[in-house]
Amino acid sequence: MARPKIPRKSTAVDMTAMCDVAFLLLSFFILTTKFKPSEAVPVQTPNSVAAKIAPEKDVVMITLNKDGHVFLSSGDNTSDKQKKHDMIASINGSRGLGLTEAEIQALVKAPFLGVPMTQLKQQARLQTDQMNAQTLPGIPCQDTTNNELIDWMRAVADVYQGGHLNLVLKGDNVAKYPAFKNVLTAFKKNRQFKFQMVTNPESVPQGSDLWKKNISGHGSED
Amino acid sequence: MAEMDTSGGGGKHKKGPGVKKGKKMSTRVDLTPMVDLGFLLITFFIFTTTMSQPTAMKLNLPDDTATPEEQNKAKESGAFTILLGKDNNVFFYEGILAPDGANFKSSNFKDIRNEIIRKKQSTDTADLVVVIKPSDESTYKNVIDILDEMSINLIKRYALVDISPVEDQLVKVSEGESPAATTPAATTGGK
Repeated sequence: MARPKIPRKSTAVDMTAMCDVAFLLLSFFILTTKFKPSEAVPVQTPNSVAAKIAPEKDVVMITLNKDGHVFLSSGDNTSDKQKKHDMIASINGSRGLGLTEAEIQALVKAPFLGVPMTQLKQQARLQTDQMNAQTLPGIPCQDTTNNELIDWMRAVADVYQGGHLNLVLKGDNVAKYPAFKNVLTAFKKNRQFKFQMVTNPESVPQGSDLWKKNISGHGSED
Repeated sequence: MAEMDTSGGGGKHKKGPGVKKGKKMSTRVDLTPMVDLGFLLITFFIFTTTMSQPTAMKLNLPDDTATPEEQNKAKESGAFTILLGKDNNVFFYEGILAPDGANFKSSNFKDIRNEIIRKKQSTDTADLVVVIKPSDESTYKNVIDILDEMSINLIKRYALVDISPVEDQLVKVSEGESPAATTPAATTGGK
Protein backbone atom coordinates (compact mmCIF):
# COMPACT_ATOMS: atom_id res chain seq x y z
CA MET A 1 0.00 0.00 0.00
CA ALA A 2 1.49 3.21 -1.13
CA ARG A 3 1.50 6.05 1.22
CA PRO A 4 0.13 9.31 -0.08
CA LYS A 5 2.96 11.70 -0.62
CA ILE A 6 2.97 14.60 1.82
CA PRO A 7 4.61 17.55 0.21
CA ARG A 8 7.43 18.70 2.36
CA LYS A 9 7.19 22.36 3.16
CA SER A 10 10.20 24.44 3.89
CA THR A 11 10.47 25.65 7.45
CA ALA A 12 12.08 28.87 6.28
CA VAL A 13 9.98 31.91 7.02
CA ASP A 14 10.19 35.11 5.09
CA MET A 15 12.19 37.39 7.32
CA THR A 16 11.67 40.54 5.29
CA ALA A 17 8.63 41.74 7.18
CA MET A 18 10.23 41.13 10.54
CA CYS A 19 13.35 42.90 9.41
CA ASP A 20 11.25 45.88 8.33
CA VAL A 21 9.61 46.09 11.72
CA ALA A 22 12.90 45.74 13.56
CA PHE A 23 14.53 48.57 11.69
CA LEU A 24 11.45 50.74 11.85
CA LEU A 25 11.53 50.44 15.62
CA LEU A 26 15.25 50.97 15.63
CA SER A 27 15.03 54.20 13.66
CA PHE A 28 12.18 55.36 15.89
CA PHE A 29 14.23 54.84 19.01
CA ILE A 30 17.31 56.44 17.56
CA LEU A 31 15.40 59.50 16.43
CA THR A 32 13.48 59.96 19.67
CA THR A 33 16.46 59.47 21.94
CA LYS A 34 17.79 62.70 23.33
CA PHE A 35 21.23 62.16 24.63
CA LYS A 36 21.97 63.70 27.94
CA PRO A 37 24.37 66.56 27.48
CA SER A 38 27.53 65.83 29.37
CA GLU A 39 27.40 67.72 32.59
CA ALA A 40 30.30 69.77 33.74
CA VAL A 41 28.95 69.70 37.25
CA PRO A 42 27.84 66.17 38.04
CA VAL A 43 24.81 66.11 40.30
CA GLN A 44 22.89 63.12 41.61
CA THR A 45 19.39 64.38 42.12
CA PRO A 46 17.17 62.79 44.75
CA ASN A 47 13.93 61.00 43.97
CA SER A 48 10.46 62.30 44.57
CA VAL A 49 6.91 61.45 43.63
CA ALA A 50 6.44 64.83 41.96
CA ALA A 51 4.95 64.25 38.54
CA LYS A 52 5.51 67.62 36.95
CA ILE A 53 8.16 67.73 34.25
CA ALA A 54 10.94 70.18 34.97
CA PRO A 55 10.49 73.37 32.94
CA GLU A 56 12.87 74.26 30.14
CA LYS A 57 11.83 77.80 29.33
CA ASP A 58 12.57 80.94 31.33
CA VAL A 59 14.76 78.91 33.61
CA VAL A 60 17.35 80.08 36.05
CA MET A 61 18.98 77.05 37.56
CA ILE A 62 20.96 76.99 40.75
CA THR A 63 23.09 73.88 40.97
CA LEU A 64 24.26 72.67 44.33
CA ASN A 65 26.88 69.99 44.01
CA LYS A 66 28.00 67.44 46.53
CA ASP A 67 30.62 69.73 48.04
CA GLY A 68 28.06 72.44 48.61
CA HIS A 69 29.38 74.61 45.78
CA VAL A 70 26.82 76.73 44.03
CA PHE A 71 26.61 77.31 40.28
CA LEU A 72 24.22 79.45 38.33
CA SER A 73 23.01 78.71 34.82
CA SER A 74 20.20 79.78 32.56
CA GLY A 75 18.03 78.28 29.86
CA ASP A 76 19.35 77.66 26.37
CA ASN A 77 17.07 79.72 24.19
CA THR A 78 17.77 83.20 22.93
CA SER A 79 15.63 85.17 25.36
CA ASP A 80 17.19 83.39 28.32
CA LYS A 81 20.65 84.09 26.97
CA GLN A 82 19.73 87.73 26.52
CA LYS A 83 18.53 87.88 30.12
CA LYS A 84 21.71 86.23 31.29
CA HIS A 85 23.61 88.91 29.41
CA ASP A 86 21.58 91.61 31.16
CA MET A 87 22.21 89.98 34.53
CA ILE A 88 25.96 89.88 34.06
CA ALA A 89 25.95 93.41 32.72
CA SER A 90 24.05 94.68 35.74
CA ILE A 91 26.38 92.86 38.16
CA ASN A 92 29.29 94.25 36.20
CA GLY A 93 27.91 97.76 36.61
CA SER A 94 26.97 97.52 40.28
CA ARG A 95 30.19 95.84 41.37
CA GLY A 96 32.50 97.77 39.04
CA LEU A 97 34.10 94.60 37.71
CA GLY A 98 35.26 96.25 34.50
CA LEU A 99 34.24 93.40 32.23
CA THR A 100 34.40 94.18 28.56
CA GLU A 101 31.53 93.34 26.22
CA ALA A 102 33.53 90.45 24.80
CA GLU A 103 34.07 89.03 28.27
CA ILE A 104 30.39 89.31 29.06
CA GLN A 105 29.59 87.48 25.85
CA ALA A 106 32.05 84.75 26.81
CA LEU A 107 30.38 84.39 30.19
CA VAL A 108 26.94 84.21 28.57
CA LYS A 109 28.21 81.37 26.41
CA ALA A 110 29.64 79.55 29.40
CA PRO A 111 27.40 76.72 30.59
CA PHE A 112 27.31 78.11 34.10
CA LEU A 113 28.74 80.76 36.35
CA GLY A 114 30.63 79.44 39.29
CA VAL A 115 33.18 81.90 40.61
CA PRO A 116 33.24 84.75 43.07
CA MET A 117 32.42 88.00 41.29
CA THR A 118 35.99 89.22 41.47
CA GLN A 119 37.11 86.21 39.43
CA LEU A 120 34.53 86.56 36.66
CA LYS A 121 37.21 88.06 34.43
CA GLN A 122 39.27 84.90 34.79
CA GLN A 123 36.33 82.63 34.11
CA ALA A 124 35.60 84.56 30.92
CA ARG A 125 39.03 83.60 29.65
CA LEU A 126 38.55 79.89 30.25
CA GLN A 127 37.51 77.54 27.48
CA THR A 128 34.15 75.86 27.93
CA ASP A 129 35.68 72.44 28.43
CA GLN A 130 37.94 73.81 31.12
CA MET A 131 34.97 74.85 33.20
CA ASN A 132 33.96 72.13 35.57
CA ALA A 133 33.32 71.54 39.21
CA GLN A 134 37.02 71.05 39.89
CA THR A 135 38.34 74.24 38.35
CA LEU A 136 35.63 76.60 39.53
CA PRO A 137 35.15 77.29 43.23
CA GLY A 138 31.43 78.08 42.99
CA ILE A 139 29.58 81.22 43.88
CA PRO A 140 30.32 82.13 47.50
CA CYS A 141 27.25 81.31 49.53
CA GLN A 142 28.68 80.21 52.84
CA ASP A 143 27.01 82.56 55.26
CA THR A 144 24.96 85.70 55.31
CA THR A 145 27.95 88.04 55.34
CA ASN A 146 29.57 86.64 52.24
CA ASN A 147 26.66 85.49 50.16
CA GLU A 148 27.14 86.64 46.59
CA LEU A 149 24.22 84.50 45.51
CA ILE A 150 22.01 87.15 47.09
CA ASP A 151 23.37 89.69 44.62
CA TRP A 152 22.99 87.28 41.75
CA MET A 153 19.42 86.54 42.74
CA ARG A 154 18.72 90.26 42.91
CA ALA A 155 20.00 90.63 39.35
CA VAL A 156 17.89 87.64 38.30
CA ALA A 157 14.80 89.09 39.96
CA ASP A 158 15.36 92.45 38.27
CA VAL A 159 15.90 90.98 34.83
CA TYR A 160 12.89 88.69 35.00
CA GLN A 161 10.66 91.31 36.60
CA GLY A 162 7.21 91.30 35.04
CA GLY A 163 7.92 88.11 33.16
CA HIS A 164 7.63 84.54 34.28
CA LEU A 165 10.62 83.06 36.01
CA ASN A 166 11.12 79.38 36.65
CA LEU A 167 13.58 79.25 39.49
CA VAL A 168 14.99 75.76 39.61
CA LEU A 169 17.24 74.27 42.23
CA LYS A 170 19.19 71.18 41.36
CA GLY A 171 20.80 69.76 44.42
CA ASP A 172 22.97 66.74 44.99
CA ASN A 173 21.87 63.91 47.26
CA VAL A 174 24.78 64.30 49.61
CA ALA A 175 24.89 68.08 49.75
CA LYS A 176 24.62 69.18 53.34
CA TYR A 177 21.57 70.99 54.61
CA PRO A 178 23.39 74.23 55.56
CA ALA A 179 24.39 74.74 51.92
CA PHE A 180 20.77 74.28 50.91
CA LYS A 181 19.70 76.69 53.64
CA ASN A 182 22.09 79.36 52.37
CA VAL A 183 20.60 79.07 48.91
CA LEU A 184 17.13 79.40 50.43
CA THR A 185 18.31 82.51 52.28
CA ALA A 186 19.44 84.04 49.01
CA PHE A 187 16.03 83.27 47.47
CA LYS A 188 14.13 84.68 50.42
CA LYS A 189 16.19 87.86 50.60
CA ASN A 190 15.03 88.66 47.09
CA ARG A 191 11.46 87.64 47.69
CA GLN A 192 11.69 84.65 45.39
CA PHE A 193 9.41 82.43 47.39
CA LYS A 194 8.43 80.02 44.68
CA PHE A 195 10.92 77.63 43.25
CA GLN A 196 11.18 74.10 42.00
CA MET A 197 13.60 71.36 42.81
CA VAL A 198 14.79 68.96 40.16
CA THR A 199 14.23 65.36 41.15
CA ASN A 200 14.10 61.97 39.54
CA PRO A 201 10.62 60.56 39.33
CA GLU A 202 9.66 57.58 41.42
CA SER A 203 6.41 55.77 41.82
CA VAL A 204 3.94 56.67 44.51
CA PRO A 205 3.92 54.04 47.27
CA GLN A 206 0.84 51.88 47.10
CA GLY A 207 -1.77 52.48 49.75
CA SER A 208 -0.60 55.97 50.62
CA ASP A 209 -2.98 58.91 50.59
CA LEU A 210 -1.50 60.35 47.41
CA TRP A 211 -1.84 56.97 45.74
CA LYS A 212 -5.51 56.79 46.68
CA LYS A 213 -6.04 60.30 45.40
CA ASN A 214 -4.40 59.49 42.08
CA ILE A 215 -6.47 56.33 41.75
CA SER A 216 -9.70 58.16 42.42
CA GLY A 217 -9.04 60.28 39.37
CA HIS A 218 -8.59 63.86 40.45
CA GLY A 219 -4.92 63.60 41.08
CA SER A 220 -3.58 66.76 39.59
CA GLU A 221 -0.68 67.70 41.77
CA ASP A 222 0.18 71.30 42.16
CA MET B 1 16.34 31.45 3.43
CA ALA B 2 18.93 30.58 0.99
CA GLU B 3 16.70 28.22 -0.87
CA MET B 4 17.00 28.05 -4.61
CA ASP B 5 14.14 29.09 -6.73
CA THR B 6 14.77 27.05 -9.77
CA SER B 7 11.29 26.96 -11.09
CA GLY B 8 12.24 29.43 -13.75
CA GLY B 9 9.65 31.68 -15.21
CA GLY B 10 6.76 29.46 -14.43
CA GLY B 11 7.11 27.23 -17.43
CA LYS B 12 6.09 29.72 -20.05
CA HIS B 13 9.26 29.71 -22.02
CA LYS B 14 9.96 26.08 -22.38
CA LYS B 15 13.22 25.64 -24.06
CA GLY B 16 13.67 23.02 -26.65
CA PRO B 17 15.30 19.72 -25.92
CA GLY B 18 19.02 19.90 -25.72
CA VAL B 19 19.08 23.51 -24.65
CA LYS B 20 20.58 23.62 -21.24
CA LYS B 21 18.64 25.51 -18.68
CA GLY B 22 20.73 28.37 -17.28
CA LYS B 23 20.78 28.00 -13.53
CA LYS B 24 18.95 30.94 -12.07
CA MET B 25 20.27 32.10 -8.75
CA SER B 26 17.68 33.23 -6.28
CA THR B 27 17.75 36.87 -5.30
CA ARG B 28 16.51 36.09 -1.83
CA VAL B 29 18.90 36.77 0.97
CA ASP B 30 18.81 35.27 4.37
CA LEU B 31 17.58 38.11 6.54
CA THR B 32 17.82 36.36 9.89
CA PRO B 33 21.17 37.87 10.96
CA MET B 34 19.92 41.30 9.96
CA VAL B 35 16.83 40.88 12.10
CA ASP B 36 19.03 39.72 14.93
CA LEU B 37 21.15 42.81 14.61
CA GLY B 38 18.11 45.04 14.40
CA PHE B 39 16.61 43.71 17.58
CA LEU B 40 19.93 43.79 19.32
CA LEU B 41 20.23 47.49 18.59
CA ILE B 42 16.63 48.07 19.66
CA THR B 43 17.25 46.44 22.99
CA PHE B 44 20.40 48.51 23.38
CA PHE B 45 18.57 51.75 22.74
CA ILE B 46 15.66 50.83 24.96
CA PHE B 47 17.96 50.03 27.84
CA THR B 48 20.17 53.06 27.46
CA THR B 49 17.34 55.55 26.98
CA THR B 50 16.30 57.30 30.12
CA MET B 51 12.65 57.49 29.38
CA SER B 52 11.95 59.52 32.47
CA GLN B 53 12.62 63.20 32.23
CA PRO B 54 13.59 64.90 35.43
CA THR B 55 10.62 66.13 37.33
CA ALA B 56 10.35 69.18 39.48
CA MET B 57 9.06 69.46 42.97
CA LYS B 58 7.48 72.75 43.89
CA LEU B 59 8.23 74.45 47.15
CA ASN B 60 6.80 77.72 48.33
CA LEU B 61 8.75 79.46 51.03
CA PRO B 62 7.10 81.54 53.69
CA ASP B 63 7.84 85.20 53.99
CA ASP B 64 10.13 85.64 56.96
CA THR B 65 9.51 89.34 57.10
CA ALA B 66 5.89 88.84 58.08
CA THR B 67 5.09 90.26 61.48
CA PRO B 68 4.45 87.75 64.26
CA GLU B 69 0.74 88.54 64.17
CA GLU B 70 0.57 87.50 60.55
CA GLN B 71 2.46 84.29 61.04
CA ASN B 72 0.58 81.08 61.40
CA LYS B 73 0.12 79.82 64.86
CA ALA B 74 0.15 76.12 65.36
CA LYS B 75 -1.81 74.34 68.00
CA GLU B 76 0.33 72.28 70.29
CA SER B 77 -1.85 69.22 69.92
CA GLY B 78 -1.53 69.32 66.15
CA ALA B 79 2.20 69.84 65.99
CA PHE B 80 4.42 67.03 64.81
CA THR B 81 8.10 67.77 64.67
CA ILE B 82 10.52 65.76 62.57
CA LEU B 83 14.24 66.15 63.13
CA LEU B 84 16.78 64.98 60.60
CA GLY B 85 20.14 63.85 61.86
CA LYS B 86 23.20 62.52 60.13
CA ASP B 87 23.36 59.13 58.38
CA ASN B 88 19.67 59.23 57.50
CA ASN B 89 18.57 59.23 61.11
CA VAL B 90 15.12 60.61 61.79
CA PHE B 91 13.74 61.72 65.11
CA PHE B 92 10.33 63.03 65.93
CA TYR B 93 8.17 64.26 68.74
CA GLU B 94 4.61 65.38 69.08
CA GLY B 95 3.48 68.66 70.53
CA ILE B 96 6.08 70.46 72.57
CA LEU B 97 9.35 68.79 73.46
CA ALA B 98 9.27 67.60 77.06
CA PRO B 99 12.04 69.12 79.19
CA ASP B 100 13.46 65.67 79.90
CA GLY B 101 13.09 64.62 76.27
CA ALA B 102 10.61 61.89 77.15
CA ASN B 103 8.56 62.26 73.97
CA PHE B 104 11.62 62.44 71.77
CA LYS B 105 11.59 59.31 69.66
CA SER B 106 13.89 57.82 67.11
CA SER B 107 12.80 56.55 63.73
CA ASN B 108 14.02 56.10 60.20
CA PHE B 109 12.84 56.97 56.71
CA LYS B 110 10.90 53.73 56.39
CA ASP B 111 8.96 54.02 59.61
CA ILE B 112 8.36 57.73 59.69
CA ARG B 113 5.55 57.39 57.16
CA ASN B 114 3.54 55.25 59.57
CA GLU B 115 4.08 57.81 62.30
CA ILE B 116 2.91 60.60 60.01
CA ILE B 117 -0.15 58.61 58.97
CA ARG B 118 -0.95 57.79 62.59
CA LYS B 119 -0.64 61.44 63.54
CA LYS B 120 -2.73 62.50 60.59
CA GLN B 121 -5.51 60.15 61.49
CA SER B 122 -5.54 61.05 65.15
CA THR B 123 -5.49 64.80 64.61
CA ASP B 124 -7.96 67.23 63.19
CA THR B 125 -6.81 68.19 59.68
CA ALA B 126 -7.12 71.89 60.42
CA ASP B 127 -4.78 71.60 63.41
CA LEU B 128 -2.14 69.33 61.94
CA VAL B 129 1.14 71.00 61.15
CA VAL B 130 4.37 69.15 60.53
CA VAL B 131 7.53 70.96 61.50
CA ILE B 132 10.65 69.76 59.74
CA LYS B 133 13.93 70.58 61.42
CA PRO B 134 16.97 69.41 59.54
CA SER B 135 20.18 69.48 61.52
CA ASP B 136 23.43 70.65 59.99
CA GLU B 137 24.50 67.05 59.48
CA SER B 138 21.52 66.09 57.37
CA THR B 139 21.75 66.06 53.60
CA TYR B 140 19.74 67.63 50.83
CA LYS B 141 18.37 64.19 50.01
CA ASN B 142 17.00 63.82 53.53
CA VAL B 143 15.18 67.11 53.22
CA ILE B 144 13.73 66.21 49.83
CA ASP B 145 12.71 62.79 51.10
CA ILE B 146 10.86 64.22 54.03
CA LEU B 147 9.21 66.88 51.86
CA ASP B 148 8.26 64.04 49.59
CA GLU B 149 6.64 62.25 52.52
CA MET B 150 4.52 65.35 52.98
CA SER B 151 3.20 65.09 49.44
CA ILE B 152 2.82 61.32 49.66
CA ASN B 153 0.69 61.64 52.78
CA LEU B 154 -1.06 64.78 51.56
CA ILE B 155 0.03 66.90 54.48
CA LYS B 156 -1.11 70.37 53.57
CA ARG B 157 0.68 72.34 56.26
CA TYR B 158 4.32 71.85 56.95
CA ALA B 159 7.20 74.11 57.76
CA LEU B 160 10.94 73.95 57.34
CA VAL B 161 12.39 75.38 60.52
CA ASP B 162 15.92 75.74 61.84
CA ILE B 163 16.85 73.34 64.57
CA SER B 164 17.17 74.72 68.08
CA PRO B 165 20.35 74.09 70.11
CA VAL B 166 18.49 71.89 72.61
CA GLU B 167 17.11 69.69 69.88
CA ASP B 168 20.45 69.58 68.12
CA GLN B 169 22.03 68.28 71.34
CA LEU B 170 19.30 65.67 71.73
CA VAL B 171 19.81 64.51 68.16
CA LYS B 172 23.56 64.24 68.67
CA VAL B 173 23.15 62.32 71.91
CA SER B 174 20.53 60.00 70.51
CA GLU B 175 22.51 59.22 67.41
CA GLY B 176 24.93 57.16 69.42
CA GLU B 177 22.23 54.79 70.58
CA SER B 178 19.49 55.06 67.98
CA PRO B 179 18.58 51.80 66.28
CA ALA B 180 19.07 53.43 62.89
CA ALA B 181 22.66 54.31 63.69
CA THR B 182 23.62 50.82 64.77
CA THR B 183 22.42 49.32 61.51
CA PRO B 184 23.42 51.86 58.91
CA ALA B 185 22.91 49.37 56.10
CA ALA B 186 19.21 49.34 56.80
CA THR B 187 18.87 53.06 56.43
CA THR B 188 21.14 53.86 53.53
CA GLY B 189 18.34 53.09 51.14
CA GLY B 190 16.47 56.11 52.38
CA LYS B 191 12.77 55.70 51.89
